[in-house]
Amino acid sequence: MSYLRIDHVDKTFSNGARATKVLEAVDLSVEKGQYVSIIGHSGCGKSTLLNIVSGLVAASAGGIVLENRQVDTPGPDRAVVFQNHSLLPWLTVYDNVRLAVDKVFAGKKSRAERHDWTMRNLELVQMVAAKDRRPSEISGGMKQRVGIARALAMEPKVLLLDEPFGALDALTRAHLQDQVMALHRTLGNTVMMITHDVDEAVLLSDRIVMMTNGPRATIGETLDIALPRPRNRLELASDPVYLECRRRVLQFLYERHHYVEAA
Amino acid sequence: MTMQITKNDLVATTVDDDRSIDELYARRRVPLVEKHGARIRAFFAAIVPPMIVLAILLGLWQLLCLAPTSALPSPSRIWSEANDLILHPFFVAGPQDLGLGWRVLTSLQRVAIGFGLASVAGVLLGVVVGQSQWAMRGLDPLFQVLRTVPPLAWLPISLAAFRDSHPSAIFVIFITSIWPIVINTAVGVRNIPQDFRNVAAVLRLDHFEFFWKIMIPSAAPYIFTGLRIGVGLSWLAIVAAEMLTGGVGIGFFIWDAWNSSRLPDIFVALAYIGVTGFVLDRIVAAIGVLATRGAQAS
Repeated sequence: MSYLRIDHVDKTFSNGARATKVLEAVDLSVEKGQYVSIIGHSGCGKSTLLNIVSGLVAASAGGIVLENRQVDTPGPDRAVVFQNHSLLPWLTVYDNVRLAVDKVFAGKKSRAERHDWTMRNLELVQMVAAKDRRPSEISGGMKQRVGIARALAMEPKVLLLDEPFGALDALTRAHLQDQVMALHRTLGNTVMMITHDVDEAVLLSDRIVMMTNGPRATIGETLDIALPRPRNRLELASDPVYLECRRRVLQFLYERHHYVEAA
Repeated sequence: MTMQITKNDLVATTVDDDRSIDELYARRRVPLVEKHGARIRAFFAAIVPPMIVLAILLGLWQLLCLAPTSALPSPSRIWSEANDLILHPFFVAGPQDLGLGWRVLTSLQRVAIGFGLASVAGVLLGVVVGQSQWAMRGLDPLFQVLRTVPPLAWLPISLAAFRDSHPSAIFVIFITSIWPIVINTAVGVRNIPQDFRNVAAVLRLDHFEFFWKIMIPSAAPYIFTGLRIGVGLSWLAIVAAEMLTGGVGIGFFIWDAWNSSRLPDIFVALAYIGVTGFVLDRIVAAIGVLATRGAQAS
């Protein structure tokens, strides 16, 4: 039995009498410690899929099984790093992480241990120096790092990343991708990431799940990335395996399921 | 060639002085105007125009009411007949002969109770209306109608219900000031970004934690807008309420002065009410600024 299983998930959004089936028969198994990316064009329902896994959106049919238990409500075992960081603007960097630590480890860790654990997670993303600043006082990349620290601090069974680097400039994005790779290497988290960036998907993932276009989107193809870790973006740039993986994903996205502008 | 004076040159000239040149430089006298120039200019820019306008208006008023038969007193007559009220706000000459400062404080006490109750009840009611679609559909039309009822109209009902002037006055303040607090809180709660709700859901915050850690800070700017409008309305209501319920408040003072034809006293009382209302508004606004620091999403 796999660690995380998305079991024949359907999702229908109804607006009055009109019902739109966004996802149909999405079926996926993720092994423990695996880094899986879900890629597809905008509007294909990949964010909806992530929200179903996180429990924020209920599936119309099918369900999510995590470690042999069905999960259908949100919880810290499936921590989410949101696309727009979603830090609470009235709390400092430290307090944003501490809020999560206090909630998840209430009764399990002492006050001092919770402080140490908060600091340890801020260290992981190198945000200790800015711990007393508010989100409005730090850059976009730093906010996203705090978002990652907050999610990691919950010790989730699965880390869900919803286009975590989408709103960042190219240099910051590359830097953050390297950091996430390093974190994944040290902590061995199971990760599910939504992205629309082909290079990002190939660089970070063990497996890429390609979604067909909506409505009634489903998994079109999956691709295992057999590149050894640690991976270096400069060396990979001329690696034949990397280039082939990249070509396969691009081919799927732009030849077989090219983006259709919604009418 | 240009001469350059370095620090060492300066030190050499003050050998007998054991203080370092940095220390000397730091202690050099800076003229006050240079030091606080911008602030002094800003202060005068804020103070001078209203002073000029006030002087012009007082002059016009004086001219218009110069005739001995004029219906309203001129500023100079107000000063000659009521300067005790202006100069001595806190005199006590008898149970009904008090300085206006005492009267304002008595009225403020009523406002504090009425507005305090309205704040707590208003925020709680606003949260319910903001959170629940059904409560909003059911209550919102009612609120929109009730909030337009003038304070004085509540007074007979309130007197009939409480049979006592003191709780009636407080009730009138309460019912006048609660609506903007309810309505603004509800809008603030409805506008809590979905992102924050998602964070709360992932963390499994319970209702109580959600209320204190997400809802109140996120809606705080809206809540304080409501409180600020509410405090203004409650100060408006106090005069209406006290005119009919009696007592030692500033509102009753005006009514009393009217009945005994002391028009100059009424003008002084008006100035007291206006200034107090202005200060109340600024206090609530300042608390709002302090309490909502950083609450704006970025």
